Amino acid sequence: MSMATTIKSEFERLRNTEVWRTIFRSGSGASNLHRAQAVQQNIFLHLFSVKVRSRALEFSPTWYLGALTLSTFFILIATGILLMFYYHPSVPQAYADMKDLQFVVASGVFLRNLHRWSAHAMVFLVFAHMFKVFYRGAYRPPRQFNWVVGVFLLLLTLLLSYTGYLLPWDQLAFWAVTVGSNIAKAVPFMGKQIRFLMLGGNEVNANALLRFYVLHCVILPLAAILMVGVHFWRIRKDGGLYVPEKKKL
Amino acid sequence: MTDDPKMQAEVQSDVRKNPRRIAFILRRTSPHVKTQDDTRVMTYPTALSRFVIALEVAFVLLVWISLLANAPLEGIADPMHTPNPAKAPWYFLGLQELLHYFPPMVAGVLVPGLVVGALIVIPYFNINIEGESLWARDRKRRLLVLGVVLAAFCVFLLVFDVIVALVPTILIGGLMLWSARFSAESPKLFQRWLSSKPLSFWIMSWFLVELTVLTVVGTFFRGPGWSWVLPWKS
Repeated sequence: MSMATTIKSEFERLRNTEVWRTIFRSGSGASNLHRAQAVQQNIFLHLFSVKVRSRALEFSPTWYLGALTLSTFFILIATGILLMFYYHPSVPQAYADMKDLQFVVASGVFLRNLHRWSAHAMVFLVFAHMFKVFYRGAYRPPRQFNWVVGVFLLLLTLLLSYTGYLLPWDQLAFWAVTVGSNIAKAVPFMGKQIRFLMLGGNEVNANALLRFYVLHCVILPLAAILMVGVHFWRIRKDGGLYVPEKKKL
Repeated sequence: MTDDPKMQAEVQSDVRKNPRRIAFILRRTSPHVKTQDDTRVMTYPTALSRFVIALEVAFVLLVWISLLANAPLEGIADPMHTPNPAKAPWYFLGLQELLHYFPPMVAGVLVPGLVVGALIVIPYFNINIEGESLWARDRKRRLLVLGVVLAAFCVFLLVFDVIVALVPTILIGGLMLWSARFSAESPKLFQRWLSSKPLSFWIMSWFLVELTVLTVVGTFFRGPGWSWVLPWKS
């Protein structure tokens, strides 16, 4: 028996064990019923319908921009958790941790690079996704609300990126956030109060770093995950990915 | 729910006493799925494996970029030493460019607020949903109204010296007014395509071009004191 068939039969045996079948109730088998159950009986996958229009999976309607955005989000969660092991949200330790990532931690530079470039990529992809959806007219009924959810996801993405920008505590981070938080001051009547709430003080200091850290690592990611869940669930509820009706020839 | 006594919903919860259940099929609550002759494939494995490929492509590209280019890291934050220029992250540089011309109340609060508001209401306007050509009806009146609005807006930008925003406005606005010359019977495909576009298309395209131009200018062409610089002459 070749290696491949051995692995395949071993995997088949594994899928028929009692433990496996308590986790994945659909069991082994390659019928469409099994495949439907694999989606329907999985807490994460059951957000999606069990069948999709094959036209929706072609490249040109979506350019896979939504899938690519989700991909960068996954990469950001994975690298972000690893970065948290090496980071203290305090002054001046935060900057020292950047230097440690650069010179002490194995592959620390690569880890930080991957997180940073993925973040830029995600902001770009979210914008691209939005414009693509608009130009295809995929926001039209019954998908109005999912467009609104998408706009909130755009704002969450910008906030995630912006709060993360401060964390290295270098000159670039400090002054970028100073420029941004000065804009908050211009809000009529309560600008100063908003800025105080945002920074935990009247200027960007250690309190601001801690607030941005908690927002960046806890509150905003949880909000984003929740909204992404709603976004996907609504795709199914609104009749699947949008494809224009076929013109009758 | 209905007030028709024959159509009262059963509210008893004891199935032994009331074994009947009623399902209400209400109109307009289900997604408008058109069951045409579309072929369908299974989500698992077909769609899911497509997603995994997208994930792998994104991952491979980003790993390559991360191996080739390092994330910037400057000296430790120093409140006493302001860099010139102090720049926000790139996706906010369009706004920062506007801050150069308008007070913070306008560029930092009003404009982003209006943009977010406008994005949210897009699907709730009938005009966006029907996607009817801008010039399908009232051609002359619309041409007049849009021409006046566009001219007024250009004068406004000129008064505030916002040349950076003026150029895309003239380009897209001019293209929009020019497209009134064409109809579905025009000889060239490009002309027919232009004439078929609704107003929302023109507004969104204007927004896209403005966003791109302002961001690129703010990122690459602004130096000390927010003066013009050329990125290749550092």
